[in-house]
Amino acid sequence: MPDTLLKLDDIACRYDALLAVDGVSLALRRGEIGCLLGPSGCGKTTVLRVVAGFEPLARGAVRLEGREIATPAGGLPPDQRGVGMVFQDYALFPHLRAVENVAFGLREGSRRDRRRTAAALLDLVGLGGMAERYPHELSGGQQQRVALARALAPRPRLVLFDEPFSNLDVDLRERLGLDVRRLLKAQGIAAVFVTHDQHEAFLLGDRIGVMREGRLLQWDSAFALYHQPADRFVADFVGQGRLVPGLLRAPDTVETPLGLIRGNVAYHWAPGSRVDLLLRPDDVVPDPAGPVEGEVVARAFKGAETLYTLRLADGTEVLCEVPSRLDHPVGASLRVRADVDHLIAFPH
Amino acid sequence: MAGAVTASAGRRRPAAIPPSAGRLLRTAALALGAAVAVPLAVLFSVWAAPQTEVWEHLAATVLPGLVRNTLVLLAGVGAGTLLLGGGLAWLTARCDFPGRRWLDVGLMLPLALPAYVLAFVVQGTLDAAGPLQSALRAHFGPAAPGFEVRGTGWVVAILTLAFYPYVYLLARQAFLALGRGTLEAARLLGLGPWGTFFRVALPAARPAIVAGLSLALMETLADFGAVSVLGYDTFTTAIYKAWFGLFNLPAAAQLASLLLLFVALALFGERRLRGRARFHETARGAPPPRLRLTGARGWAAAAAAFAVVAAGFVVPTAQLVHWAWATASAELDARYLSLLWRTLLLGGSAALVTVAGALVVSLARRQFADAPTRAAVGLAALGYALPGSVLAVGVMMCFAAVDNGLNALWQMAGGQRLGPVLGGSIAALLLAYLVRFLAVAAGPTGSALERLRPSTVEAARSLGARGADLLRRVYFPLLRPGLLTAALLVLIEVMKEMPATLLLRPFGWDTLAVRVFEFTSEGDWRRAALPAVTLVLAGLPPVAWLARRTTAHADGD
Repeated sequence: MPDTLLKLDDIACRYDALLAVDGVSLALRRGEIGCLLGPSGCGKTTVLRVVAGFEPLARGAVRLEGREIATPAGGLPPDQRGVGMVFQDYALFPHLRAVENVAFGLREGSRRDRRRTAAALLDLVGLGGMAERYPHELSGGQQQRVALARALAPRPRLVLFDEPFSNLDVDLRERLGLDVRRLLKAQGIAAVFVTHDQHEAFLLGDRIGVMREGRLLQWDSAFALYHQPADRFVADFVGQGRLVPGLLRAPDTVETPLGLIRGNVAYHWAPGSRVDLLLRPDDVVPDPAGPVEGEVVARAFKGAETLYTLRLADGTEVLCEVPSRLDHPVGASLRVRADVDHLIAFPH
Repeated sequence: MAGAVTASAGRRRPAAIPPSAGRLLRTAALALGAAVAVPLAVLFSVWAAPQTEVWEHLAATVLPGLVRNTLVLLAGVGAGTLLLGGGLAWLTARCDFPGRRWLDVGLMLPLALPAYVLAFVVQGTLDAAGPLQSALRAHFGPAAPGFEVRGTGWVVAILTLAFYPYVYLLARQAFLALGRGTLEAARLLGLGPWGTFFRVALPAARPAIVAGLSLALMETLADFGAVSVLGYDTFTTAIYKAWFGLFNLPAAAQLASLLLLFVALALFGERRLRGRARFHETARGAPPPRLRLTGARGWAAAAAAFAVVAAGFVVPTAQLVHWAWATASAELDARYLSLLWRTLLLGGSAALVTVAGALVVSLARRQFADAPTRAAVGLAALGYALPGSVLAVGVMMCFAAVDNGLNALWQMAGGQRLGPVLGGSIAALLLAYLVRFLAVAAGPTGSALERLRPSTVEAARSLGARGADLLRRVYFPLLRPGLLTAALLVLIEVMKEMPATLLLRPFGWDTLAVRVFEFTSEGDWRRAALPAVTLVLAGLPPVAWLARRTTAHADGD
């Protein structure tokens, strides 16, 4: 692809005996925003640090604009990659004012020019009045913006974000996240975010990668991750849902404790093979005429909806989302049916 | 490319330095560990071939007295500093009384007064020939009751007054760090105010109090100046006599290794008493309210604290200034200035070497987690516990051995005998300072490095900075304040250091402390005052720094 910006080819990273990253391949286009999602210790931050040039490669290669910038033999030092980074702890220089922090990476022009550029960037991130403050005089969100402006200042093609919002309040996270995305898109700068928060990943990423134990399980759009998860882990990690046991009766039909479920995806395993079917909360709907009855074992009020955990007669548990004006106490029974158009099944 | 990446226990370690520099750093750290370990090993090696004759003489005559005196001192000063330091810390940290803020700072001032200075001022003022008893005799005639400033009671009192601030400072921090929540929880669980003190506050402060006590006891064991002024025999004075009086270095080494056993005992005791407890700052949010002492109780507290400040700092300093003023016209001459210059030069060189060493140790601790490096770093941090006289004997024996080797080699090569090369050189003294004060420098150096988070360096690199640019724009400005503080602290410690300087100084390298020793050993208090005042003045800035740092958060009520 001619407009590929970043390409990782089967990269691996080793800490002593441990393979922290093992065979990750992905491609990011110019101006595209990618997200690496996974539980802590899955190797997502290591991938980011490989791209930045802070970790050596044990295998594979990293290409930026077609140029090989890292191989196991070595690579371009971080200071020559032209890749920006926003750190989890922001890593602002405590001895420099906000505007000096932003100007740190600027090389061209006179001192005054660089200062003016830096001040303009601070305006852009909404910190026009804070230029002369020291980092410790800024709030967490403001420090975050300074770090962003600093990373953008040398006009990088790619900016890396290591859990950039994890130290912020929840509502600030979402607002800042959208601001950052808008800014990156406006400037046409590509980015890779690392996060363990799927809402953040869905909010920010054009493409999202789910990682587990050093491997990239799936690199796809948010829609595909949710509706076509590549394996059980992705299915479990992204969104909510329960796996229920079933038997494959036809390529598009599974027999489950909720009755026969038919969808628009075909699985060409032997008829009669045992499978696990993923049921999302919206796949199970309350219906007085439904085929099965479940007992409410837990409930979580979520505002517009209430999420019920139901136990069926054979002990299988499913999730069911119901408009919250219909109230069912724990212990009550609820008649439901399955309403699935997209079958997600895994061999048992 | 990125550089050395070492991981331990699954934790990513910063790739802050390139691999070649890493190897150099590790070697330097191991060398520093050896600088502590080798003199100690050499010291104990004298037991392999003990000079039984000398030893039996020592054992029969002075040893029982030395051991008894040392134990008495440890018990007396230990109890004294615990009561004085711990009690005053509770008063200023948890109570309120008239003048508390002033006295809180004032109680730290005795730190600026070296124990040997306090000792000679007390003796010079109160002894039979001093102004006080002279006045009494003038008033009541020769029959007026007289007394001598000598003996166990006086030594214990003076050392307690000199060393209680260690307990005071640490206990005070611990009492201040008690969260309002902790104390309120105790009250809600049914404890009264006294119960809260004994069952919550005191146990919570125990690790800090024990640490302060152990520092005070280390200083007691290491003290040479005060006990020699007061004519009280301890291991340090015996080492001095064996070396300078009998010229018997092996006997000095045997005594030094015995003294070291006491130090080890104190260190071990600290570890045991501290248990698994560690310092932890529990204070989040508002500090608990102070107990307001009003009326007579308030004034009694103020008077007690003021008496300690007066006896430990104000009165002795006033007397010193008075003497110094009276002798200034005769003493403040070119000789004094050259003495001052030599002292500063020596202290400055030691500061440079020691801060470099502290930087190596702190960096190595961050960078490497292998057993040899960890052991070296741990050993290097232990140097502060070695009394100056012990260290001097160990270093001298090492250098004497090296000198013998060098001489033998040189003579084999057909040369004349060289005599001492390293022994009696400035290098011996600097090495002793390095070992003794490495821990002093390591504090501020380590916290300066803490400011230099790995991500800070990585951020600079991702913004295009490297090499000298990186050093100039990131490392240097971030480390400078910490390194300057460390250098200043070492400089002042070296100025005040007495026993190692006395034993190891090359000819002509007298310092202010050595001059104080010379004058006081002749009983010439008045002429000792000018160098002593200089030392007190030099000791004030670190106390002011400490006071500002520790009182900034103390007044939250």
